[in-house]
Amino acid sequence: MARVQDIEIPDSAARTALAVEELQDQEGDRMVLNMGPSHPATHGVLRILLELDGEVITKADPDVGYLHRGDEKIAENMTYTQFIPYTDRLDYLAPLANNVAYALAVEKLMGIHDKLPPRCQYIRVMCAELARISAHLLGLGAFAMDTGAVTVFLLTFTEREKIYNLAEAASGGRLTTSYTRIGGLARDIPPNWCDMCRQFLKEFAVALAEANTLLTRNRIWVDRLRDLGIVSKEMAIDFGFSGPNLRGSGVNYDLRKNQPYLCYKDLDFDIPVGSVGDCYDRYLVRMEEMAQSMRIIAQCLDKIPGGDENKSHEPVSIVDGKITLPPKSKVLSSMEELIHQFMLVTEGVNAPKGEVYFGHENPKGELGFYINSRGGGTPYRLKIRSPSFINLSIVPALFPGHMVSDVPVILGSLDFVMGESDR
Amino acid sequence: MQTKSEFGYDSKIEGDVVVTTVDAALNWFRANSVWPMPMGLACCAIELMAVGASRFDISRFGSEVMRFSPRQADCMIVAGTVTYKMAAVLKRVYDQMPEPKWVIAMGACASTGGMYRSYAVLQGVDNIVPVDIYVSGCPPRPEAVLDALIKLQKKISTQPVISKMNIVNQLTAPANS
Amino acid sequence: MAALASAQKIKAKFGDLLSEPTEFRDEISLTLADAGQIFEVCSYAKHQAGFDYLVDITSIDNYGEDPRWTVVYHLRSLKNNEELRISTRVSEEKSELPSVLGVWRTVNWHEREIYDMMGIRFTNHPDLRRILMWEGYPYFPLRKDFPLAGKPTDLPGVAFTSPAPLEGGPFVTAPGPDAISREPRVRTPEN
Repeated sequence: MARVQDIEIPDSAARTALAVEELQDQEGDRMVLNMGPSHPATHGVLRILLELDGEVITKADPDVGYLHRGDEKIAENMTYTQFIPYTDRLDYLAPLANNVAYALAVEKLMGIHDKLPPRCQYIRVMCAELARISAHLLGLGAFAMDTGAVTVFLLTFTEREKIYNLAEAASGGRLTTSYTRIGGLARDIPPNWCDMCRQFLKEFAVALAEANTLLTRNRIWVDRLRDLGIVSKEMAIDFGFSGPNLRGSGVNYDLRKNQPYLCYKDLDFDIPVGSVGDCYDRYLVRMEEMAQSMRIIAQCLDKIPGGDENKSHEPVSIVDGKITLPPKSKVLSSMEELIHQFMLVTEGVNAPKGEVYFGHENPKGELGFYINSRGGGTPYRLKIRSPSFINLSIVPALFPGHMVSDVPVILGSLDFVMGESDR
Repeated sequence: MQTKSEFGYDSKIEGDVVVTTVDAALNWFRANSVWPMPMGLACCAIELMAVGASRFDISRFGSEVMRFSPRQADCMIVAGTVTYKMAAVLKRVYDQMPEPKWVIAMGACASTGGMYRSYAVLQGVDNIVPVDIYVSGCPPRPEAVLDALIKLQKKISTQPVISKMNIVNQLTAPANS
Repeated sequence: MAALASAQKIKAKFGDLLSEPTEFRDEISLTLADAGQIFEVCSYAKHQAGFDYLVDITSIDNYGEDPRWTVVYHLRSLKNNEELRISTRVSEEKSELPSVLGVWRTVNWHEREIYDMMGIRFTNHPDLRRILMWEGYPYFPLRKDFPLAGKPTDLPGVAFTSPAPLEGGPFVTAPGPDAISREPRVRTPEN
């Protein structure tokens, strides 16, 4: 059985008394409020120490690290393929997008990112956009629930269940998909997947319109969000914002357009950009991004090479025994494929020496992987540039001047997730 | 003393009266209204939210609301990876829950540390709190969480209550104490 | 590439301090010889060369080499759509370099994380404390001589750690000339 560890927690009254003596600005009427790690409105385990003057916040100090799992150290001890499941759990609202980001980063290091088969690129784009819709839906649902609009939560979760069905059909897992591999995908999409996807798009358009009706022109919603948490353009760039937060502040920068990867060059979509930089702008940017994602998926469904059922047997992975696993039917009968399978599983792909950085447009911002390789199958250093971590760093500069009841609104509009922030 | 949750009830003879043991009645109340305290830490929290949403409605089973305040909850569902930094906080929240309380360790990370064998992850929440039900999966399907809840309800309905309550012991204690 | 022109402009200003720009997979990198000048280089890059956005700062532990630490800065220019990487090395005895907080404000948490994980200090940083691990944790986890399983510590009232069960250490493949040397073996800091 497991060893039981006793934790000694000093008496909280004594601890508070000690802290009160030590705290310097206890003169006047400032109060320190601990918005603890276990809280319904912090999205995940985030602790914020708020110093209050009545209802107004004078200082805010976020304490992150309650979900620090040591991903980067684990990555140094795993082959590139073995690390793919850990990337699912980074931004666990959009695991398909993280898989695509990581696979593209390793493929850039290997130099094969422009040799991906076109069917693989289209499927990856569809997965990334479905993940974007899924993450924005949950962000919106949780955000609305924190401010009191509970109906939207149930509405968005019903739509997310449909996306889970699609992810499960493609990869086998609802939430943790691990769908991409270095050089391609784990397997092709099943034959009825494209029809399921079209059906989902039809139903989702209705649900999105309903969410719009419930919130966008709602008097209470607008009053709660308008002119709150204003992040100016210069502040956004200076603080390293990315993704919908950056675009909500008025900077027209989207990695899909500015540094195109996969087949985004061939697709037609718009980038919504805000003007004021308040919570309402960020909310509108996310709503519009979901509509644009629908547009991208519809185009991909029409243009996918091989069609719905892949009758022409287009490959979904690079056919190279040193990079992707050979087909199982050959492995057990042919020597060369057996050797390739063995080498790839024990030693991993043989990456060249060098360092590379790849940033991917994730729903939360720019998820970047910096890989420093000294050859071989494991990275020497893998750094995950996490958008939520960097978006959170604006909290000490943004909160002062706002009221306590604005905290869930601003946190919801920043839309971060602690799994990604703490890694 | 083991109890069985059987009700001796025949409406033709007894009318609208239920005859049962006190233990069975108390356990019936407790089992069918287990209000969870979601200690939602990581990815399992998203599946926990999905269990609470409309498709896999958990309130069908009596868990009507997810109470974030430990004082108002019965069962703490540890959903997600428990890091060493979070461990003290989790123990503190558990201590604040009033008796009777149960713990469901949801997912691989809460049960044993999962795939995170690293310097910062507590290898199983049973190192700090007593766990009643372990749910495997990464993350467990919502149906598995509902199954865990049903198993917990079965476990609750067979627990001795009256014999464990202190006030009854005092009342029935020998005269010379 | 446009980034090459900006890199050469920065190199022209600082001369021998910076290496020639190298290119790998369409990315331009510069190496800075003296880590103490990083603030001036970054400040010039932002104000004169237009790199107004800092993407990331990374630290690498070159265990067994001297200087031991490498700190890598990823800069980006949003208006010209260019990226540049500047890396610099710091020796273990010094373990310190100037903070670039005055250039971009996003650097605050990046540098705190590098201090927390690697132990490299940043001078002129107003609030250099641990961010992912707790105050009082005695080790720097991302160093190569720190085991993946962790070491036992105990800070009563705050947190405790104990080593994770890895059954002798992670079994990892290491690069090597032939298949036998590449077999997964116990990972020690040397390999």
